Amino acid sequence: MATYKLQINGRTYEADVEPDTPLLWVLRDNLGLVGTKFGCGIAQCGACTVHVNGNAMRSCVYPVSAVGNSKITTIEGLSADGDHPVQLAWDEVDVAQCGYCQAGQIMTASALLNRNPKPSAEEIDNAMHGNICRCGTYHRIREAVALAATKTK
Amino acid sequence: MSTLPKPSRRDFMKLAATAGGGLMLGFSWTSTSASAMKVVKDSSLAGGSIEFNSFLSLSPDGIVTIFSPNPELGQNIKTSFPMIVAEELDADWTKVKVVQAPLDTKKFDRQVTGGSGAVPHSWERLRKAGATARQMLMEAAAKKWKVSTSTLITENGMVVHQATGRKLSYGELATEAAKVPVPTDVKLKDVKDFKLIGKVVRNVDNKEMITGKPLYGMDFYKEGMLFAMIQRPEAFGTKIKSVDAAAAKAMPGIVDVVTFKNNVAVVGKSTWQVNKARKVLKIQYEKDGDLESSSDHDRIFKTLLAKPEATVRRKEGDVDAAFKKAAKVVKSEYQCPFLSHSPMEPMNFFAHVRPDGVELAGPTQTPEMARGMVAKMLNIDPEKITLELTRLGGGFGRRLSADYVLEAAELSSIIKAPVKVIWTREDDMTGGTYRPAVRYRFEAALDTQGNMIGYKLRGAGINAGNPTREDNFPSGAVDNLLIESIEHKSTITTGPWRAPITNFLAFAEQAFLDEVAEAAKKDPVQFRLALLDKAKKSPAGPVRYDIDRMRGVIELAAEKSGWGKKKGVAQGFSVYFSHRSYVAQVAEVKLKNNKPVVDKIYAAADCGIVINLSGAYQQVRGGVVDGLGHAMYSNMTFKDGVPEQKNFNSYRLIRMKEVPEIDVHFVNNGIDPTGLGEPALPPTGGAVANAIFKATGKRLRNQPFMEQAELKNA
Repeated sequence: MATYKLQINGRTYEADVEPDTPLLWVLRDNLGLVGTKFGCGIAQCGACTVHVNGNAMRSCVYPVSAVGNSKITTIEGLSADGDHPVQLAWDEVDVAQCGYCQAGQIMTASALLNRNPKPSAEEIDNAMHGNICRCGTYHRIREAVALAATKTK
Repeated sequence: MSTLPKPSRRDFMKLAATAGGGLMLGFSWTSTSASAMKVVKDSSLAGGSIEFNSFLSLSPDGIVTIFSPNPELGQNIKTSFPMIVAEELDADWTKVKVVQAPLDTKKFDRQVTGGSGAVPHSWERLRKAGATARQMLMEAAAKKWKVSTSTLITENGMVVHQATGRKLSYGELATEAAKVPVPTDVKLKDVKDFKLIGKVVRNVDNKEMITGKPLYGMDFYKEGMLFAMIQRPEAFGTKIKSVDAAAAKAMPGIVDVVTFKNNVAVVGKSTWQVNKARKVLKIQYEKDGDLESSSDHDRIFKTLLAKPEATVRRKEGDVDAAFKKAAKVVKSEYQCPFLSHSPMEPMNFFAHVRPDGVELAGPTQTPEMARGMVAKMLNIDPEKITLELTRLGGGFGRRLSADYVLEAAELSSIIKAPVKVIWTREDDMTGGTYRPAVRYRFEAALDTQGNMIGYKLRGAGINAGNPTREDNFPSGAVDNLLIESIEHKSTITTGPWRAPITNFLAFAEQAFLDEVAEAAKKDPVQFRLALLDKAKKSPAGPVRYDIDRMRGVIELAAEKSGWGKKKGVAQGFSVYFSHRSYVAQVAEVKLKNNKPVVDKIYAAADCGIVINLSGAYQQVRGGVVDGLGHAMYSNMTFKDGVPEQKNFNSYRLIRMKEVPEIDVHFVNNGIDPTGLGEPALPPTGGAVANAIFKATGKRLRNQPFMEQAELKNA
């Protein structure tokens, strides 16, 4: 066991965990930040996506010992009131069915818009291809990312 | 398909004044007592001892609370149920608060998500609940203004006196309305007057979902709760011989390791700790049944299809004579693999078995059945078991089984502590209750004019029960018909998978009918319409599907897709009736770099009245994506009883770049709703296979398509 100080959503959290614990489980079990979801555990589905220094990262295979001083953003910290352009677009397009994968989808989409504010349809498809939605809301995800791009300053 | 009993008018309403004043209406869904109406005291309401089956409440501040009893797994019931109540109430939708109800067999019936049955079952009950409350609010206003109710209208949460323009809000009227005798016969709205039903209404949980609030079983946490994972046998057909848990018990954070039935449960303080510890368990298994491989199944199918006798499901005319005199016979076999459900949220459940009762919480499609099974296992009164329903991160039928609920309860009873059992993706994918694998043999006899005079179907399934739907189309449309089934009992466990049986039967049947139309040199759409004509004018036996509704979706899909009129694209047709509704689809395939690519799919659905256009549209589109993805990619195979696909790196699900454009249309016929959670899925595989045939001349008869030689070598 070791103590880690983690910069998450603009705050400092402390967790006493084993070094190989994936960030996903530190967030969920130790810090109560359960918006980041467990889907596959092998970085195949994208449900666990968070931002590490603004880039999309699969937290299920990211050991807490590797986090260091990196700035982590989870779905809970994407915006203060759920009003990030991507979140607003997700509501407006009414994307979710079961909703379980959507936090990961939103984090992947918002990381895309961070580095590419005006993505083409093909760039959206490429960026979102790694996130599985078992309900099949892909069309609305596409639509919402494109809509969010128009809302992003 | 059973007939749903309509609620009688007399047993309908119960009334209570809520603690804060205001109107609380319960509507009985099952009561048969002659006079169930009564005023219920606040205390009994709070104590939950009222004989309600469901209710809405209206508070003086105008908030309408509507309890949604059915498990929500993405079918959008938590939005559409309250919309139905709010429509008849003429409520202000912005003031409606929706609450997920826990399992409560006194207040609700059919708290089930399965069979696309919730809206058809509750439609009239929910409407009456809203309409009755509206009537009482109008009577309260009429009394206050000393006018007749016939001079009043309601709109957007207000009662309005048309002559004078006076208005009172429902909140202002709630307390007085609670004193009005409950009307026994309320008028429901005319369908054309619906203001909310049929509109786009956003999911009531959107805000929670997009901000990461705890909603799902995986997110459920209770102070003092332990975490557990269970090691189950790797192979179907084996049982535990010995367990050495010493190393696992010594791992950090591990509280206990317990063995029960065929399970070794590692219990500890965090998910990651128990996950690590289970990996050092030393468990030996021994053979307990057949260790089957997929190659065995292929052999078993051949044997079953060759057997002279099978269970006859439907028989009409003289098939032998029809085939003997046939001008042409078409014969084909179709095979579908086992599938995993793979909802994005893996199985999990919380249980706390105490001496005085049991607390359960988590995602299940069948809370009442799960509770009943736990009660039986623990030999405890079901009334002492509470079950809190979390939102379900998908279900697809997997959560109709209660195995994972029972495991959690049994483990808690052994360790005498609150515990949540979490399945990894590998546990979820290798843990069984798969969609059964089936092989079908179809035979059709054609006369010299290309009319189908004989039809034979045998379905051979592995733990599939009856893999036919003997009363579905084209039964009734063919004079000489024989439908039979035969089953192999396997150690591999199976269960219902979204649109059970029809999810693959529809593909096989609709692709075969395409083959028959081809052999008869007829247009696939005209061929189907001619069969429907025959079923209507001179049915060969009972017709248990609605011929006009099926014709309606066929014609709508043909019209919207420009069937037969397009150049440069290959179209494939399919239509299917399941779960009370009708969906026809046209798939369009283009050749890109000489490979067939699905470019677009048109879906025409008749589910009766559409409740929420946003939810319904996506339900159809998502169903098509689901049908396409599994037809194309997914496959669960076995080697010596061991599932060979264990996670999403080897079990392929459809992804973003693989979904074509999907165009959805609804038949607008004003018929009471008939279910939409499943019916859009079954037709897709057939439409796609038929379009691929048009494009390439290659007939796909087995799934998944991408693993077939016809596409691999394309």
